[in-house]
Amino acid sequence: MAITLKVNGQSHSVDVDPSTPLLYVLSDELALRGPKFGCGLGQCGACTAIVNGTAIRSCVTPVSTVVGKEITTLEGLGSPEKPHALQQAFIDEQAAQCGFCVNGVILTAKAFLDKNPKAGEKDIQQALSGVLCRCFSHARMHKAIGKYAALSSTTIAKGGAR
Amino acid sequence: MKRIGVFSRDARAALQQAGLSGRTGTNRRDFLKATGALIVGFSLADTHKLSAQERAAAGSPPAGQVDSWIAIAADGRVIGYTGKEELGQGIVTAQIQLVAEELAVPVEHVTLIYCDTSMTPDQGVTSGSQSHPANFNHENLAQAGATAREALLQMASQKLGVPADQLTAWDGVITSKNDTSKKVTYGELVGGKKFALAVNKNAKRKEPSEWKIMGTPVKRVDFPEIMTGRMEYAHNVRLPGMLHGRVVRPPVVGAKVMSVDESSVKDIPGLVKVVVKKDFVGVVAEKQMYAAQAAAKLKVEWSAGVGLPKQSEIHEWMKQQPSRDGLGVDSKDTAQMLASGATVVKATYLYPYQMHASMGASCAVADVQGDHATLYSPTQGVWHQRSSSAMILGLKPENVRVIYRRGSGCYGINGSDAVTFDAAVLSQAVGKPVRVQLTRKDEMAWENYGFAFVLEQRAALDAKGNIAAWEHESWSPTKGARPLYMFPGNVVTGGLLGFPPQEFKPGPAAEPRRYNNNLNSVPSYVAGRVGDKEQGTGTIKSEKVLTHVVASPFYTGPLRSPSRIQNTFAHESFIDEVAAVAKADSVEFRLRHLKDERVIDVLKGAAKLANWETRPSPKPGNSKTGIVTGRGVACVAYEGDNGYTGIAVEAEVNQDTGKVSVRKIWVAIDAGPITNPDGLRNQAEGGALQGMSRALGEEVTWDSEKVTSIDWRTFHSLPLGFDIPKMESVLINRPDEEATGAGETTITVIAAAIANAIYDATGARIRQIPFHAERVKAALNARG
Repeated sequence: MAITLKVNGQSHSVDVDPSTPLLYVLSDELALRGPKFGCGLGQCGACTAIVNGTAIRSCVTPVSTVVGKEITTLEGLGSPEKPHALQQAFIDEQAAQCGFCVNGVILTAKAFLDKNPKAGEKDIQQALSGVLCRCFSHARMHKAIGKYAALSSTTIAKGGAR
Repeated sequence: MKRIGVFSRDARAALQQAGLSGRTGTNRRDFLKATGALIVGFSLADTHKLSAQERAAAGSPPAGQVDSWIAIAADGRVIGYTGKEELGQGIVTAQIQLVAEELAVPVEHVTLIYCDTSMTPDQGVTSGSQSHPANFNHENLAQAGATAREALLQMASQKLGVPADQLTAWDGVITSKNDTSKKVTYGELVGGKKFALAVNKNAKRKEPSEWKIMGTPVKRVDFPEIMTGRMEYAHNVRLPGMLHGRVVRPPVVGAKVMSVDESSVKDIPGLVKVVVKKDFVGVVAEKQMYAAQAAAKLKVEWSAGVGLPKQSEIHEWMKQQPSRDGLGVDSKDTAQMLASGATVVKATYLYPYQMHASMGASCAVADVQGDHATLYSPTQGVWHQRSSSAMILGLKPENVRVIYRRGSGCYGINGSDAVTFDAAVLSQAVGKPVRVQLTRKDEMAWENYGFAFVLEQRAALDAKGNIAAWEHESWSPTKGARPLYMFPGNVVTGGLLGFPPQEFKPGPAAEPRRYNNNLNSVPSYVAGRVGDKEQGTGTIKSEKVLTHVVASPFYTGPLRSPSRIQNTFAHESFIDEVAAVAKADSVEFRLRHLKDERVIDVLKGAAKLANWETRPSPKPGNSKTGIVTGRGVACVAYEGDNGYTGIAVEAEVNQDTGKVSVRKIWVAIDAGPITNPDGLRNQAEGGALQGMSRALGEEVTWDSEKVTSIDWRTFHSLPLGFDIPKMESVLINRPDEEATGAGETTITVIAAAIANAIYDATGARIRQIPFHAERVKAALNARG
């Protein structure tokens, strides 16, 4: 059946079974490359998308449950030419190896910091407790997120947007 | 922004736009035509004529020819071709630096094309910490670059009438040092033409002292695409008309297909085909969800499995199996020395099966049309994949093209090779492109695991407390490996299709003919004498290393630092145990038995960074209850001479629960001349933490018939939420040495360093990985 989704600010009509996992719709129907199949079980974070401000695991989220909501993928944050500040922090810190997990790491951190702009190091660590990186770029990733958090809480304090 | 032309999604988009998508006939000339116009923003189309015949799929471009490695576009842009691929280790960026340095152009002006059997040289597998040694010393990409630069200078000399030594090259322009009006561009000299030159082994490489680009922390060229979701991984490859496949693996090890009831899935919408070939079962559907549903629902009657040895007895079981034996060194006097030694120390170390457990369950896309096939694969060896896939498909290898697309970091052999076979078989069955996504369980239950090991150590101390003799004996299992060119049965899909793994033949050990410490079976502290030469890194002359390889119930394969990590865990734990018996400091005791300067330097380097206090272990004054801390050290000459690392850690042990936390890690690393210091640091840090996760919690588990560690609840990888230790590293640059591997060094030593720190903190010795809380608690209780 035809379903209309709002992804990265654009409306898309897709003809899929409503029980289809959102991940398959994003990657197969919309050809987005940010969300990835890591485990298919909601255990690792690779498939993360932000739905109405909350990071969700798209591999276990039926597409019918996100109709009408704002869906953001890694592509929705920024582009290679104009990365989002958090993506830029990951580039600056060279915070990855294979990069398969960064979708989950960046989006989980982004959604968390949007809601908790004053979060400290321990809070961020806790927020990422269900996200995996098998190359173990953990230290650099936390450094990148910390830098972004410091930068954006300053921006917010000045009345700017994240 | 200048686009750096890593052959990625854009290249494929360009190929598609040029009507060349995924067809085997596409060769390097076609690529250059397509990409010259569409991607890189300069025209190669009519100027850069590469012989199609030379690129004929029958063989790889010849390694001895400059044109196989380096091409110059009309505008001076440099194109490098390499058989070493990006797995996350940063080697694409490093190779771009190398080409840029040798050809004297900015990195932005280099396009690197890697691992496509229609375009790039066959450099075997990207593995074993071999990419730097292969391409950065005096052959292959480095030497081709140097030859090309000398040729360009020579051509410019003729054209300008200026002696070559009075010319200087930068950014694709060669200029007379004395008269800057005299200049010519690379494009004017060879743009559109071949070098038609053999790689000159005497061409002079840029000296490290002259480096402008090598040796600097150039940022990863692929990160802007990766961080913004633009990078095309194998998981993201989408071809027109592509279908989705899933596989149905046996429920237990060794089960065979008895019957398949296709009617059980007849209601699945868009189901295209159920494919059964011997014990291989797969389904193809129009949409991924329906393929997944069909795979889950398909009724397959399987035979009983073969049964598995009890996990708790696997190490004893290994020692009872027929074995293929090998001798690393044998001075023939160790038995006598052990019988007469003032003090004898013995210990046995146990290592579990571990797995790659890649972040992404593996995925590949195959397009098999008639007698041709194109495979988009995250394999570490495209040329191996081509030949072994051809065997599975019954096609000629020259009709199979394998194009590398990144997977998630693999650290050896994950499900990539198997899933490429899966996709190939399913595509052939339906005559359309098929993408196969493995499930997490498919990946974890059937990959080629890292070796379990039993490692026995025996040492005799002399009256002064020095080691007079060292005997090492180990047992480890094997079944399969990488598929190589002709062993598809080395991985699960090949096995299910009826291909056997490479034959395992038990047999006695022969006398060692030459010294080879490739697996680090020989401890760093022995002399390593074979014949009349000592080639080891240590001083102990009475030495024996005997290894036993036995048949494995599970597929096995290289897992980051294969055998080296297990051997080094045993060696570097044992040297500490002996030091404790001798009441000596761990660093000082090691130094007493080392003679290799590079090992000595990394050991001292780590100790210095850690402000190492000289004293024996255990640490005096620690309580027997509550939380205590201790320090441990370890070092290695990886593979005997392929990268050096010393590591020190501070660990905290909660003696009430047995929980171990690593607080600080200090690393000294030496990989020869440093290409990219930040890349080296990234590898050192990541390797240390990955090794820590492996040491503290990672283990394959199974019951009487099947693997039970099949997801992230049953297999324990430290998530981003754990307390990350503080890390400091010192990079030892050795510009006058050959480039060595780097990515497998820190992971090799950290387990022993942690075990040594646990001992230092508590006086309890942990000899079995993983060091999970129950095991540590048991060791603490046994300590009394």
